[in-house]
Amino acid sequence: MNYARHVLNHLRKDLRLEWRTKDSINGMLFFTLLVVVVLAMAFDPASFPSMTRQISGGLLWVAMLFAAMTALNQSWARETHNSVLDAHRLSPAPASALFIGKALANFLFVTAVEVVLAPIFTIFYNLQPLGQTWKLLVILPLGTWALVVNGTFFAALSLRTRNRDTLLPLILLPISMPALLAMIQATTAVLTGQFEPTLWIKVLLAYVIIFTTACVMLFQTVLSAD
Amino acid sequence: MMKNTQQANGTMPTWARIWLALTLMVLVYGFYQAMAAPREATMGNLYRVFFYHLPHAILSFVFPYLNLAASFLYLFWRRRNVERAAAADAFAVAAAEVTVLYASIGLATGMLWGRAAWGIWWAWDARLTTYLLLWLLYVCYLLVRSVSATGQTAMISAVLSIFAAIDIPICFMSIRWWRTQHPAAVFGGGANSGIDPSMAPAVIWNMVAWAMWGAFVLGLRYAIERRRQQASNAQALGILQDETADAALAHSFEEAR
Repeated sequence: MNYARHVLNHLRKDLRLEWRTKDSINGMLFFTLLVVVVLAMAFDPASFPSMTRQISGGLLWVAMLFAAMTALNQSWARETHNSVLDAHRLSPAPASALFIGKALANFLFVTAVEVVLAPIFTIFYNLQPLGQTWKLLVILPLGTWALVVNGTFFAALSLRTRNRDTLLPLILLPISMPALLAMIQATTAVLTGQFEPTLWIKVLLAYVIIFTTACVMLFQTVLSAD
Repeated sequence: MMKNTQQANGTMPTWARIWLALTLMVLVYGFYQAMAAPREATMGNLYRVFFYHLPHAILSFVFPYLNLAASFLYLFWRRRNVERAAAADAFAVAAAEVTVLYASIGLATGMLWGRAAWGIWWAWDARLTTYLLLWLLYVCYLLVRSVSATGQTAMISAVLSIFAAIDIPICFMSIRWWRTQHPAAVFGGGANSGIDPSMAPAVIWNMVAWAMWGAFVLGLRYAIERRRQQASNAQALGILQDETADAALAHSFEEAR
């Protein structure tokens, strides 16, 4: 229970910081909105409903991926002010609690953006899903966590590099490739109703479990590196 | 005052020279076998690129494991034995660079062959996509090494190497469910797989030759990286010694006054 309390403390701290500044959420929200508009210029989704169903899953997740990346770098930048990160290193609390708290906070921010974005997406792209829409309630959180857990980890890893803003996408994009494929396929399956998303949800679940374990196990090494 | 950065004149040890000579001989013999093997029934002489594609493709899945093993060893020795950790890190760089080299050659020869066999340069099937991802991941690995801060490089790249190694099998399985076009595995891929016995010597000799060549390049790169590490350590030490010497000199001046 002690561990859960540490996680909760880190989460509360991050949520409070975000509540006071609203940096990440505002940035992400406006960024994804712009991406949606730009992609609408590129593909003209309202005129071709069946094509829109085919590509919307991909567009949604690519927009979310880019948006998450803008927020992930900032989430650790906060910890570097006043050497807070060194204080974390000295603290007897488990390092992975810090990581999970931070990842949960990022997960909540990205989910909040999705909750706002999904209706906008549906309206702007004139989207009429043909599959079972409730399955999106499983796919969206799983996909978001898959992006956020690796993103938070690699943002922490790239903190100590020279040009960290370019480094994060450089590592995150290739590592997330299987997860991206799975979430895009699952979302497309729901939107078009042509095939079952079950297989892709399983792939996503396996990816999430494997990489969450790897991140939690290796975070101590990353944090305490000299 | 940088005299201690100078290393003794580096020469290759005798066994390395013998290894190189042997490798070159086997490479030449492998080339002869590849050219002397009988023409393939449907593709004619074009198929001979296969003798180069197969060894490079297979070996470029072996070197990442060496890289992974070295990364684990680095993380294990990091706090226990600094010298061994540095050696493991040097080996990891060498393995990653050879991976990129072999995967690039594998991709290039594969594309040449694909153009001849399928009529297209590239297809997004499971093997090709995974292979491209492997190449991308290790290019990223080398890029990350080049931009990370000096003291951190080894740790960051070791962690990245572990993530890359986890990612490749997942990616392979997921894309396999997505689509597949590459011919079934040549060895152990079912009843109709395998090669004609007349081609076996060319495959085996080229396999051995490129494995030996890869090991040689790996060893060479390892030796160079070790030397670079030693030089930079010696340089850092030299600067430290200069500073203490300067401080001592300043102190004696103070006293003389």
